[in-house]
Amino acid sequence: MNVRWVLLFLLAIAAPALAQGFAGLGTSAEGFAMPQKAHPPVFPGDHGAHPDYRVEWWYLTANLTGEDGRDYGAQWTLFRFALAPGTGESWQTPQLWMGHAAVTTPDQHVSAERLARGGIGQAGVVLTPFSANIDSWRMDSRAGPDSDPMSALDVSAAGAGFAYRLGLTATGPLVLHGDRGYSVKSAQGQASYYYSQPFYAVKGTLTLDGRDIAVTGQAWFDHEWSSQPLGADQSGWDWFSFHFDTGEKLMGFRLRDEGAGFTSGTWIGADGQVEPLPPGALTAEPLEWAEVRGRTVPIRWKLSLPFRGLDITTRALNDAAWMDTQVSYWEGPVRIEGSHPGRGYVEMTGY
Amino acid sequence: MLWQAFTALLSHWRRHRLQLAMLLLGLALATALWSAVQAINAQARLSYARAAAVIGQDRLSALVRVDGAPIAQDTYIRLRQAGWLVSPVIEGELRFGSGRLRLIGIEPLTLPPQAAQVDVSADDIGLAAFITPPGLLVVAPETAARLAGEATPPLRLSEALPPGVALSDIGIAQRLLAQPGRISRLILAPVQLSGLPPLATIAPELVMRAPATESDLSRLTDSFHLNLTAFGFLAFAVGLFIVHAAIGLAFEQRRPVLRTLRALGLPLRALVALSITELLVLSLLAGVLGVALGYGVAAVLLPDVAASLRGLYGAEVDGQLSLQPSVWALGLALAVAGTLASAASRLWRIATLPLLAPAQPRAWSRMSAQALVLQAAAGTGLLAISALAVIIGHGLVAGFVSLGAMLLGAALLLPLVLSLVLALAGRMGRGVVTQWFWADTRQQLPGLSLALMALLLALAANAGVGAMVGSFRLTFVGWLDQRLASELYVTARSDEESDLMRSWLAARSDAVLPIWSAEEKILGEPVQVYGLRDHVTYRENWPLLAAAPDVWDRLEAGTGILVNEQMARRKHLRLGDELTLSGGRSQTIVGIYSDYGNPKAQAMIGIDLLLALHPDVNRQRFAVRIAPDRAAGLAAQLRDAFALPADNVIDQASVKAFSLRIFERTFAVTAALNVLTLGVAALAIFASLLTLADMRLAQLAPVWAMGLTLRRLALLEVLRSMALASFTMLAAVPVGLALAWLLLAVVNVEAFGWQLPMHVFPLDWLRLGSLSLISAALAAALPALQLVRRQPSALVMVFANER
Repeated sequence: MNVRWVLLFLLAIAAPALAQGFAGLGTSAEGFAMPQKAHPPVFPGDHGAHPDYRVEWWYLTANLTGEDGRDYGAQWTLFRFALAPGTGESWQTPQLWMGHAAVTTPDQHVSAERLARGGIGQAGVVLTPFSANIDSWRMDSRAGPDSDPMSALDVSAAGAGFAYRLGLTATGPLVLHGDRGYSVKSAQGQASYYYSQPFYAVKGTLTLDGRDIAVTGQAWFDHEWSSQPLGADQSGWDWFSFHFDTGEKLMGFRLRDEGAGFTSGTWIGADGQVEPLPPGALTAEPLEWAEVRGRTVPIRWKLSLPFRGLDITTRALNDAAWMDTQVSYWEGPVRIEGSHPGRGYVEMTGY
Repeated sequence: MLWQAFTALLSHWRRHRLQLAMLLLGLALATALWSAVQAINAQARLSYARAAAVIGQDRLSALVRVDGAPIAQDTYIRLRQAGWLVSPVIEGELRFGSGRLRLIGIEPLTLPPQAAQVDVSADDIGLAAFITPPGLLVVAPETAARLAGEATPPLRLSEALPPGVALSDIGIAQRLLAQPGRISRLILAPVQLSGLPPLATIAPELVMRAPATESDLSRLTDSFHLNLTAFGFLAFAVGLFIVHAAIGLAFEQRRPVLRTLRALGLPLRALVALSITELLVLSLLAGVLGVALGYGVAAVLLPDVAASLRGLYGAEVDGQLSLQPSVWALGLALAVAGTLASAASRLWRIATLPLLAPAQPRAWSRMSAQALVLQAAAGTGLLAISALAVIIGHGLVAGFVSLGAMLLGAALLLPLVLSLVLALAGRMGRGVVTQWFWADTRQQLPGLSLALMALLLALAANAGVGAMVGSFRLTFVGWLDQRLASELYVTARSDEESDLMRSWLAARSDAVLPIWSAEEKILGEPVQVYGLRDHVTYRENWPLLAAAPDVWDRLEAGTGILVNEQMARRKHLRLGDELTLSGGRSQTIVGIYSDYGNPKAQAMIGIDLLLALHPDVNRQRFAVRIAPDRAAGLAAQLRDAFALPADNVIDQASVKAFSLRIFERTFAVTAALNVLTLGVAALAIFASLLTLADMRLAQLAPVWAMGLTLRRLALLEVLRSMALASFTMLAAVPVGLALAWLLLAVVNVEAFGWQLPMHVFPLDWLRLGSLSLISAALAAALPALQLVRRQPSALVMVFANER
């Protein structure tokens, strides 16, 4: 098939991570389930797939340090799209799956993509024991029966010129964003279910061009699902997940629209205490732009959260962290400087 | 001055309209036949290329099962989970009403972009509609027209697909083909990850199949198209004879004009340039007319060609003719080049025309005895080349080289042969008029020789091709009688139904003979292997070309194998050779059978052995033996008992009629081209005679003056033309026989892999002979009529006025 079909198709039902334009998303999600504030996620059941919702993703980003002392970044993502709510038999299932994987080094960014149909066993999420996969890319729980399935994971993926195997162990609790997992995405009230596990300690191996590199570091896991995630006039988003050296974490996002945009986020204490940020509390401004693959994207940001005394700037590990996938976007590890030094990941779509 | 000179040159055509018509017609016809063949071939090649490119089969490797069986869907999942980038495809035949469809089910998400012909995301298709029930069938517009009104999923159109092919989602295709969870092959993405687990550990039953660099279809059908092309060239060559004659005449008649123009001061260079311009204008005009006419002929012939190709090779060819610039360009170029080549000698004469030399009363194209001998020597040389090509060459090209050299050589020899025959006839002639008749005929030979050569070619081609088609037909009919010995041929809708039917038939018929086959790989090539149940039907009827004495017993015992002639020839197999089947079983060749109309390799083993090798073989087809007078009744009972559609029980006569119909259509094109070639040759004679008629006045006038009436002279003219035609016909017989032999024993063997016994059809020659006599008489009729109507004064003028 022409590769473009996926692009067109994704644009038609779009997901924030794949934003290019969001025309049509403001319409009502007929037939699909909608997030309800009154029904927060329940675990472990909600670690699994929600086929009645239009889009869903399991998203892992890792800031790593190699035995060679260099910084690395790794990404593992599984997306689910429903052409129609519910499941069907074998090939007739209206569920589609897409995987993205990447490794970033200071001088290299490699990425890969996989697509699969639901219903035939090629891709999907199984609850007990928790396991998500597309083709050979896997995310398997190795947590004991009494602990949260996401508390210990094995993650692997391989693409042209790269592969990785990471062992993840959570050192803190799951974090629910927004109102107990109900995360508002626009001033008009569009919302999604959204929770994270930002407390992973990582140990594993990267393979780059046939060379193995032992790595350690931190990782952040997101799981989000919705049927109508963005407002009609929103054109893209910038998303931040930061590990500060103090052990505190910050998730923040800025949805761009014709006006001032919509920012929100969550401040996470070192112990996992959650503090949802009211809309507008967090400010994020681009400091420096660069041309990447013919697009102009911000590669340095200035973020501030006055009531926490936060005033930081980010610097990309590799400016060219462009995801060369059918729907392309910028996703890469950053170093944080300023009031709260640390490391993190930035995602920018719709540029 | 230039313009005046040009109009002076052109004015000739206004005064000789018939000549102009002849020139344009000859050139247009020649171009038309050639372009028609080109257009048909181009159309067919386009269809093959599209068929070969379906889901990238010409570019991408695939994984298939060694034994050709379907792949389980689990294997696909296992490969994907091991990191192999493969995409599943299911392919099968779908019947809709009376039509058949090659259904290809793809998985659009994993299909490599190189394999994508149809954009599933296009507005009129859409992924969701494509993959979710009821799904969509994407087909070529003409396939859609054929499927109109059938109960198919909704149709969408794509020009990218070849006719007869439908593309759908794999899930939809699995349901339509009733093969859930089955996959025909796995397309490999061109770039795979390094360090993948080897195929042998994940799916040992699979092997990698390289992309088909050249489609089977284009290889199989090569010979067919080469045949057509050869015919096209033959027609073109014959057409050029006409052009040559017409241009020659025009030149002779314009000698005074040319001389006058030169005398008036037109530079030689300008005169030659004007003459070339004139030829260019005429040839372009005729070329355009010819190519347009050619498309007309192609459009008429294409359905027959398509039917032949479908019948012979299973190749689908688009019935809709598309206009291709290359055909236009080539047709025009050929017309211009042909005209200039035919006119080269005339242009040379213009260039060397002595300005003040007196007009010479001479025939326009006299050939010296020396030239005649030289030409004959060249002809003999060509015949030697032809013989050499047969003896030491091989391959289809050698066959056609031999064929071409033989025809051309024979044509070149013709003038000398005719000259000798006429000399002999003159010596044997009694009486003054008879002797004059032969001598004058011989004197005319040089002027007519080109036209007669054209006639020889056309007659020989007709006789030769006629003999080939006739021989083929006789053999084919005889072979059909042997091969189709059973009274009824049944196709059940499932293996289970087949089992039930066969037990139902056991008590009601003389015998039930399975027609079951599986694909085996023998000597590296896929071969359809049939299982034979030992029965008197085979022992008495099967058309064996070579056989061991105990052939049927050894087949029944499971130790022997029969192969068809095609396979034996291609792989140089002989009785007693060993072949290895799946599972490493070795079988001895105990017989070779003729298998006309099938270009592919085929073999037969005992039914028990087939079932042992392929327990899950498709058992739906079988034949029934019963007394012929009870066959119709049994067929009706069978249809009633199992509620079978009429098409599923076919009687012997219908199968034979069907096979013969395919056969007839196959050669319909050949026959049409044959007739057209003969027509062009007749026209060539007509043009030549017309050319000569004017100039012969000088030779006829003295004879008239001596007392022969114009009526008598005219009659003699017609007789002369008929005498030359019949001599040419006689000469064409051995040439035709040689051609037939070459076609049957050399070209056919190379092209189809079978040799046919040669039969001769003297009645055909008689018919052809009369046809050529009639056309010669008709061609001579108009000049003769003109002669009768001549005023005596015109004849008297010959003595008064040197031309």
